[in-house]
Amino acid sequence: MKKYEIKLNRRDFLKNSSMVGMATIAPGVFFQELAHGRALDEPASAKKRWGMLINTNQCTDECDACVTACNEEHGIEDFGRPTTDTQWIRKLKLTHDTSGETINVPMMCQHCENPPCVDVCPTGASFVRADGIVLVNKHTCIGCRYCMMSCPYKARSFVHENLENQLPHAPRGKGCVESCTLCVHKIDNGENTTACAEACSKDGQQAILFGDLKDPKSEISKQLKKYETKEVRSDLGLNTAVRYRGI
Amino acid sequence: MRDKTEYMVVEFSKATMMFGIIALSFIAVGLFSFITLEHEGHWLTGMNNQIVWGLPHVFAIFLIIAASGILNIASISSVFNIKIYKSLGRLSALLAICLLTGGLIVLVLDLGRPDRLVVAMTTFNFKSIFAWNIFLYSGFMAVIALYLWMMFEARYNKFVTKVGTFAFIWRVTLTTGTGSIFAFLVAKDGYGTLMAPLFIALSLLLGTAIFYKILFWMDKGLGVSLGSEIISRFRKLLIYFIFTVFYLTILTHLTSLYVTKNHGFEIFLLFSQNIYTFLFWFCQIGIGTLLPLIILYNKKLSESSFGVLLASILVIFGSFAMLYTIIISAQAYPLDLFPGYSENSSFYDGAISSYMPSIYELMLGLGGFGISAAIYIFAIMVLDFTPRYLDDEHTLGQNNKEKSITE
Repeated sequence: MKKYEIKLNRRDFLKNSSMVGMATIAPGVFFQELAHGRALDEPASAKKRWGMLINTNQCTDECDACVTACNEEHGIEDFGRPTTDTQWIRKLKLTHDTSGETINVPMMCQHCENPPCVDVCPTGASFVRADGIVLVNKHTCIGCRYCMMSCPYKARSFVHENLENQLPHAPRGKGCVESCTLCVHKIDNGENTTACAEACSKDGQQAILFGDLKDPKSEISKQLKKYETKEVRSDLGLNTAVRYRGI
Repeated sequence: MRDKTEYMVVEFSKATMMFGIIALSFIAVGLFSFITLEHEGHWLTGMNNQIVWGLPHVFAIFLIIAASGILNIASISSVFNIKIYKSLGRLSALLAICLLTGGLIVLVLDLGRPDRLVVAMTTFNFKSIFAWNIFLYSGFMAVIALYLWMMFEARYNKFVTKVGTFAFIWRVTLTTGTGSIFAFLVAKDGYGTLMAPLFIALSLLLGTAIFYKILFWMDKGLGVSLGSEIISRFRKLLIYFIFTVFYLTILTHLTSLYVTKNHGFEIFLLFSQNIYTFLFWFCQIGIGTLLPLIILYNKKLSESSFGVLLASILVIFGSFAMLYTIIISAQAYPLDLFPGYSENSSFYDGAISSYMPSIYELMLGLGGFGISAAIYIFAIMVLDFTPRYLDDEHTLGQNNKEKSITE
């Protein structure tokens, strides 16, 4: 039986073991730095602006994966009363007046930089977070619906019904106004995606791209540079965080 | 100058009892509606995610602008120094408080979270005209309380002109604020900046008409006989204000029609077959504008207290129809998110939204009327708001006497 001699002096041992140690710990430290969500006491940063690019060329008639995913993610129920039921995201079907061309447009809160809903809210319950997400503070919303009157995108819903079994990450309640949160709970968890974008990529047509508009290296920024995109009602000068291709 | 008018505390009578019973039953109905909506949610109303402000808001705004308008009678005396209205000053200020309270209560009880009134009163976003209105409304109450104090306390009667002028400025600002709620909505084609002056004019008209109704009731129910001079003055005021509102209404629509992108809405409102077209032409213009003018220019009717009452009732009806048309029609007309395309969705994009107010909304609104009426009847029975005489001998007598003193 052949004997193996380990020739290892103290210096080599320390060198090798420290390298192994670094190789073991470093990815954890490095990737955790990349992927970690914000700590609860850490405010959202203005260095980011979350947004979406929706390619209507890829959005098809029959698919409603984004709508279903949003409803499931936030526990939005159908009470069978379509005029009062909540919708955070909806699909618009546009038909061109002369050519008859049809376009499918997923429509939700456009997360304006200068949102009219925030301007008119008497208590300041509607607000823009530092990272550009427009939210409703459910503790100070008095349910006056002035924000709904002012929203140019009809993106907000008033909760007309008693709700039960709400999800912890989606605080909702009767008598308050609500709208798309850009899946803020996912962003704060470091997932950096939205339920609609995920569903569109998995079950749909990859029409929704989510990302940081302020990061030049992000895919959304690259595509915004590469393709012609539009804001809905750009004439209002609201600088929306949701942009569209193909309209 | 001291107020020489003789006032009285109204005593319990059949008229006050009837008034009180009606007021209390309206309050009970309103309270029932509020509790039901608070418990069940707003799905019981006709309001929805398309028509977010409905009949309760029409009632609330009706009462709020009537409140500011009804103070005009006191202002005419204190600010514009027309003495014949002096004896109506206290009543005018009282009615302003009553109507404003009723209107604000409807507004608050219709909130999704009325329990958070404290939040609304303590947390402000000063970019919102709504937040400013909270100050304007509560300040209005305080200014009128001061105004009443100056009117009641003989020693302070000399300050009435100054405080009255301040109250007049405040009320114009308040109605500007109320009108601006609709002026500052970028998304809706049906609203615009002319809403503020239109609301001021409407407040003057509505305030005068409601005040006259109260005077008529005082005449028949409390035995405070109305002189022909007062009737004639109110007739003239009604005519001025009907023309002012009519002029501003024409101006609003002509201005809007000049802008091509607003054609769709104007055609929808003025020249279509829907409830708003009917309300505009038949109720607002026909019943609320032309018919009262015909009555007020009719030689026989215009001189009778009943004729002016009839015109006042028609004006009140027309004003309510006008507010309903303004508030609801602009919401019913769809937003045009994608010009050049027709839109369709499960959220009623591109569709004209229908709205049928429910009984709960009506009950809530009536509750507001009930509160206004109850405060009024209670106040006149505990304090001397009501002038004892409004006949020509007293009103003209005082007028002439003061004229000769100043001359």
